[in-house]
Amino acid sequence: MAKYLIPLLIYIVVSIFLALGLDLKPQEIPSPLIDKPAPAFSLPALHRPEKTLTPSDFLGQVWLLNVWASWCVSCRAEHPILLQLAKQNAITLVGLNYKDESADALQWLQHHGDPYTVSLQDANGRIGIDYGVYGVPETFVIDKRGIIRYKLTGPVDNAILTDKILPLIQILQTEPA
Amino acid sequence: MKLNIFKLLAAIILLFSAGLAWAAVEYHDFATPEQAQAYQSLISELRCLVCQNQTIADSNADLAKDLRNQVYQMLSQGQSKQQVVDFMTERYGDFVLYNPSFKLKTALLWLGPAAFLITGLCAAFHYARQTRRGAEATLSEARRQELQQLLEQDGE
Repeated sequence: MAKYLIPLLIYIVVSIFLALGLDLKPQEIPSPLIDKPAPAFSLPALHRPEKTLTPSDFLGQVWLLNVWASWCVSCRAEHPILLQLAKQNAITLVGLNYKDESADALQWLQHHGDPYTVSLQDANGRIGIDYGVYGVPETFVIDKRGIIRYKLTGPVDNAILTDKILPLIQILQTEPA
Repeated sequence: MKLNIFKLLAAIILLFSAGLAWAAVEYHDFATPEQAQAYQSLISELRCLVCQNQTIADSNADLAKDLRNQVYQMLSQGQSKQQVVDFMTERYGDFVLYNPSFKLKTALLWLGPAAFLITGLCAAFHYARQTRRGAEATLSEARRQELQQLLEQDGE
């Protein structure tokens, strides 16, 4: 009996591992920054470079930090969704213009539309490293106390927006500041 | 005149290929040989998160270049290797390390191969012993005599 049972057991165990492997997405690296304070920065605004902003400027509100660049092709895919989100005026949408030329970035926003409450210039990508950015676009949801609650690597699509991001924002809005 | 054009072309091609080779390796100045060594060992154990199967030493991705530069900056500020590793894992998680530290989350990763080897050896050993014993047992007394007869016949 054991003679047949052991290969069967091995088969089942291997199948489970392989099945789990099929479902893994190695591109999605879990961020160690979840539930940690948003890393500090002091960056010039894209439209008003003389004005610098820090994360504490957004304390007391739920905000999205969206990492984008004019050279980023998949940013174009999520752009209509961001524009739509901006139209609803429900949330502060902060852009982190990552490793970009400000002239290119401004032109890109003019051409495609500007969904951002404000965009910040991270010209050399140093702040991107602090946020663990490795694939643009990336989106962070940050709560009223400045804690990162969710991170998405890759473009926001309608499913992720309605199933994950918007419900999370609703919950976070009810939390005390 | 024609020859001169070829010479010029060759010079241009050489110039550009030199530029390509230059782009892959940045030149860093280290205060001590220990720092240079720490840099080399760090960049060959940190993973490039864009390409995932390359270290940041091997990769030409933009992010790899930035991370190499970050490692260099930190080392030249006198920070230790461990501080650099901590800096990277705080931002990118254990995945950034080709040699992740041993903890509950990575236990399967570290112990898995050994467990598979031991299971395999046990199974092989068990199987070998069983088949040897089996070969002895399956010949009944009658068959053994028959075999003996056959061997003797063959000898005649």
